Amino acid sequence: MKRLSRCRSTASLRPLSTGGESGLKDVTSSEASVEAAKPLPEPAAPDMPLLRIESVAKSFGNFRAVDQLSLDIRAGEFFALLGPSGCGKTTLLRMLAGFETPDEGRILLGGKDIAPVLPHERPVNMMFQNYALFPHLSVRDNIAFGLKRAGMARADIAARVAEMVALVKLEGMEKRKPDQLSGGQRQRVALARSLARRPQVLLLDEPLAALDKKLRESTQGELMELQRRLGTTFIIVTHDQEEAMTMADRIGVMDAGRLAQVATPRNLYEAPASRWIAEFVGDINLFNGQVMSRDHSRLTVSTSEAGSLTVSELWPPVTKDVVCVAIRPEKVKLSRRAPASDEGGSHGINRLEGVVADVNYLGGVTTYKVRLESGAMVRSSMANTARLDVDAYLAGQRVVAWFTADDCMVLEQ
Amino acid sequence: MSARRIFARPARLAAIAPYLWMVLFFLVPFAFVLKISLSQTVIAQPPYTPVFDLTEGREALTAAFAQLSFDNFRLLLHDDLYILSYLRSLVVALTSTLILLLIGYPIACGMARLPQRWQGVAMILVIVPFWTSFLIRIYAWINILQHDGLLNKILLALHIVSAPVVWLSTDSAMYLGIVYSYLPFMILPLYATLSKMDASLLEAANDLGASPRRAFWLVTFPLSLPGVGAGALLCFIPIVGEFVIPDLLAGSDSLMIGQTMWLEFFTNKDWPVASAAAVALLLLLVPPLLLYDRLQRRQLEGNS
Repeated sequence: MKRLSRCRSTASLRPLSTGGESGLKDVTSSEASVEAAKPLPEPAAPDMPLLRIESVAKSFGNFRAVDQLSLDIRAGEFFALLGPSGCGKTTLLRMLAGFETPDEGRILLGGKDIAPVLPHERPVNMMFQNYALFPHLSVRDNIAFGLKRAGMARADIAARVAEMVALVKLEGMEKRKPDQLSGGQRQRVALARSLARRPQVLLLDEPLAALDKKLRESTQGELMELQRRLGTTFIIVTHDQEEAMTMADRIGVMDAGRLAQVATPRNLYEAPASRWIAEFVGDINLFNGQVMSRDHSRLTVSTSEAGSLTVSELWPPVTKDVVCVAIRPEKVKLSRRAPASDEGGSHGINRLEGVVADVNYLGGVTTYKVRLESGAMVRSSMANTARLDVDAYLAGQRVVAWFTADDCMVLEQ
Repeated sequence: MSARRIFARPARLAAIAPYLWMVLFFLVPFAFVLKISLSQTVIAQPPYTPVFDLTEGREALTAAFAQLSFDNFRLLLHDDLYILSYLRSLVVALTSTLILLLIGYPIACGMARLPQRWQGVAMILVIVPFWTSFLIRIYAWINILQHDGLLNKILLALHIVSAPVVWLSTDSAMYLGIVYSYLPFMILPLYATLSKMDASLLEAANDLGASPRRAFWLVTFPLSLPGVGAGALLCFIPIVGEFVIPDLLAGSDSLMIGQTMWLEFFTNKDWPVASAAAVALLLLLVPPLLLYDRLQRRQLEGNS
């Protein structure tokens, strides 16, 4: 709902809202203001999501690409499907576009099953990973392709193309052929083409994978800005977790055809549902151990590598005794002596003594590897907040790596 | 520098080789033919005059040059026989190319959509007829099409016809022979273009509201035009000058230019007129070649 209300408040800023949802038809300006007052794609019922995926499964031969997957996506949401290659995320996207048919389950768009709707009749558009621009058509004709198929009037097509060209900042490029464009420009044409029909849902298959790092980062921002202005539901498939974290409202992490977790970027990072996700998303220190005692939702876990650790337990509580304590590197602080505030472990501070084994200066942060007495490594990353490095540690130096109980996560194996 | 010296010479030779080939095996023979086409026919050995003899000195050579004339080309324009032959050649070549396109395109399309390992098999099946001599294959068609041939036997046995049908020495038989012989030349360039096409383009067209049929006409077909052009020219040009197939399979009431040339050359022993006909045919084929060249160049410019 956060996203929805934001869309509503910015509706008057959106030049593209004038056509309405179904709207490949012309709307006069007076109608447009009425249209703009309404929120974007109206769900069938208040609590009905725009897109509902119900235990969908798809196999290729013996390979189960998507396995009994269920997911709801709200109107106006920016949703990311994140996972390693071969996890089924692209297959899921292709089923939404209609290029693959689910073996089992249903896909509901606005409450209606879209199984019988052919790909060229779905109010869903896709931006392809390789862009799939038509090489024999100019930028203008590429963007107009979908509009012509929708039987739009010639003048309206010209107006919409001009609008889309302006939206992706490609003015002056209209007559060029795709092979006369740079990678970034091609990406914009693909985006404009897939948005021109004003789909209810835009599917983006690794849209930034072909761009270099700098361009990718600026394009991320532009995509988000665009999505905010248009209010279109975006579903993006990516294997790049940073990309997913930056852009998406919610992320669905996929593994072996199933959704391992669906959460906001923050929850995904700070409260991963499993050890696999904790390791897949970001860096992490992991210590296997056994729960020794429980005291007011504070656990004491005995680990072979890091000794006894005090850990805060979140809801739901762990049920098993064999657990894994996880701590993100940026939450591990280093100091020359143990922090003074810790008296008798009342603040739940864990201290691990060791020797700095490796220092990596990365500009904004410095990452350290500390070898504990057990031989295990603890990774720590600290922001370089001061220009003169009074806090830097050298390899070979004895340090205390410490972190609070609240910063630890307890994961079941 | 040393590397450059090593590679420079063979590289330059390699660049010259095609030109050398063209000069030796096209331009020089063409000069002979052109000279004969400007000569007069005589009953002698060789059967034309003048004959350039370098040993007789400069005077005689100049005199020989003065004897050359365009009379034979004038004859080509004034005698219906030649103009009708040219026209028939063009009509036959155009019609055959069209039929070849209509048959070859779906086959090439089907081949390009086969799973990868079957594409090689299909390719071999297309090429396999080349392992038998072209002439033998045409004679085989005579066998099939003749009065008591295989085709008539089957048709009679199935009671589709009550009396043998005349197939041989008809235009239909000739078209059948031409289409059969040239089909691989149409399929291969088409297949080369179609198999390179990115499947996601069709999906994109589909996604943007084009039904599969419209996607074919809006995306696949325009993108396959270079292949269509290559295949069409690869068939059209040799069919215009085709001699064996019309001679063996078609009737004798109207001749293609290849047959007319053969008649002039071997039956009438009129080398100059036959040569003039050959030169005229070459000139006739230049415009389509230039057109193709221009299309290809535009294609290349588009890609760069």
